[in-house]
This record gives sequence, C-alpha cells and structure tokens, in this order.
Amino acid sequence: MIPLSWYMVLAAILFSIGTYGFLVRRNIIIMFLSIELMLNAVNLNLIAMSHYMDSLVGQTFTFFIITVAASEAAIGLGLVIVLFRNKKTVYVDNINELKG
Amino acid sequence: MFNQILFLYCALVIISTGLLAVRFKNPVYSVLSVLVLFFHMAGLYLILNAEFLAAIQVIVYAGAILVLYLFVMFLVNLRQELKVERFIASHRVSAITSAALGICLLAIIPSFKLGAKGAYPVERIQQLTHTKAMGFELYSTFILPFEIAGLILLIAVIGGLVLARKEREEGCNPGTDTCEVKK
Repeated sequence: MIPLSWYMVLAAILFSIGTYGFLVRRNIIIMFLSIELMLNAVNLNLIAMSHYMDSLVGQTFTFFIITVAASEAAIGLGLVIVLFRNKKTVYVDNINELKG
Repeated sequence: MFNQILFLYCALVIISTGLLAVRFKNPVYSVLSVLVLFFHMAGLYLILNAEFLAAIQVIVYAGAILVLYLFVMFLVNLRQELKVERFIASHRVSAITSAALGICLLAIIPSFKLGAKGAYPVERIQQLTHTKAMGFELYSTFILPFEIAGLILLIAVIGGLVLARKEREEGCNPGTDTCEVKK
C-alpha cells in the first residue's frame, strides 16, 4: 500500500518544476507546456486524494480540468499563431510594448 | 510491493522528464519528453484504480493536446530557437522563487488531514467498473458542470477559428481570390 503523502510529494515537485519552466523560459510555447505540467500535478493530487477518501468527486473534477486544459491549449496556441503572424517572434521578452 | 516499485519508477521518470522538458534547447524534444511524462502519469492513474481517467489522459493529453503543440511549433520558426538564448535574463531569481515554492509546498504536506470517507470504496468501483461509476456521478450530481464544460469546448472551437483566421484586407472581393492592391 502506497501512502498518500508519496503522491502529494510527487505532485508538489512536479508543480514546482512547472512553475520553474513557466518563469524561466523565453519561448511562449514552452511556457504553455509548463502550465500543462502544473495542471497535471493538480490532477494527480485530486485523483490520489479521491482514491484515499473513497470518493469520486476529485476524479470528476479531474475530468473537468482536462476539458479546460484542452480548450486552454486550443485558444492559447491560436493566440501564439496570431502573435507570430503580427510580431514575427515567440519570445516573451521581445513583446514589451506595454512597458511605460 | 510491486505497486511501490511501479510508483517509484513512474515518479522517477516523471520528475526527470519534467526537468528535461523545461531544460531542452530544442522545443520539439521538450514536447516529446512531456509525452513520456503523460504516459507515466497514466500509469500512476492505473495504480490508483482510475482506468477511465488513464485512458482519457492518453487520448486527450498525449493524443490531442501535444499534437496541437507540435503543429503550432512547426508553424513558428524553429531554426532560430537553436541559436538564441533559451532563458530570460533574470532566470536565477526565477529558479530561486520556484525552489522556495516547492519547499513551501513540501513543508505543508505533513499537516494535511484526510476528510470523511465518501460513498465509493474501491470494491464498489471495481464491482460497478470505473467508467460506469464516473458516469453515474457525472450525469447525476455534476450535470450542470458537465453542460458548462460543453459550453467551454464550444467557446474554444469558435475562439480557435476566429483567432487562426487570416484577416481579409480592405478592397478584397469575397468569393474571388483577386484583391485590388491599395496604394
């Protein structure tokens, strides 16, 4: 029997890896990919907790998170295509027109 | 015992491919290592008796979302990526911040207390099969969120179509390919 805390430790590590990737990379597509990593960490936490609590609520919530992640990827990548068409770059530190 | 070894293997692969995915210079390698990560995540869901969600993970995440990422990556310029710097200028501060976040998250885990037991123990889920139990839960308790999820997907379809459409220039005649060149 695996203790619940193992899953929570793994999810915490994966979440901070996702945060690291989001904060560090210049490429906006890899930043979106890091958001997927963070969502997966949360999904793992929800499924592990609902398994140990004999409940299906967390697993249903994971189902909705996967739906939202799919639509977020579709709209976010559409925004990336528009950005590349207009600015010819996908690097976030080149997109600084709102800066004072 | 077997489950613990399987968990440790999956955890090792997930952490190493996650780190590789944020460190690789070539973004295609990053997407492929995230693909490996998603498959091992599905393996963890199988250990947790969530077969339906493991299948959804492989089909939706690995099959649909990552292919979308690969397509977009091929649409934007890849040649440039291999030559330029891949991290932002202040990446050390970002690394320290995310490490501090990870330490905080790990530090609060021992104070977690499990709540009251629900209505679906493992034996009942195994007797009903997981997909059927999820279906009961989705279509009875969570029917309104289910409808809202459908609406969100519709918005995503329309938004994707509107965003990816090329803007028609002024003076173009819809239906024909010829455009008058404006001076």
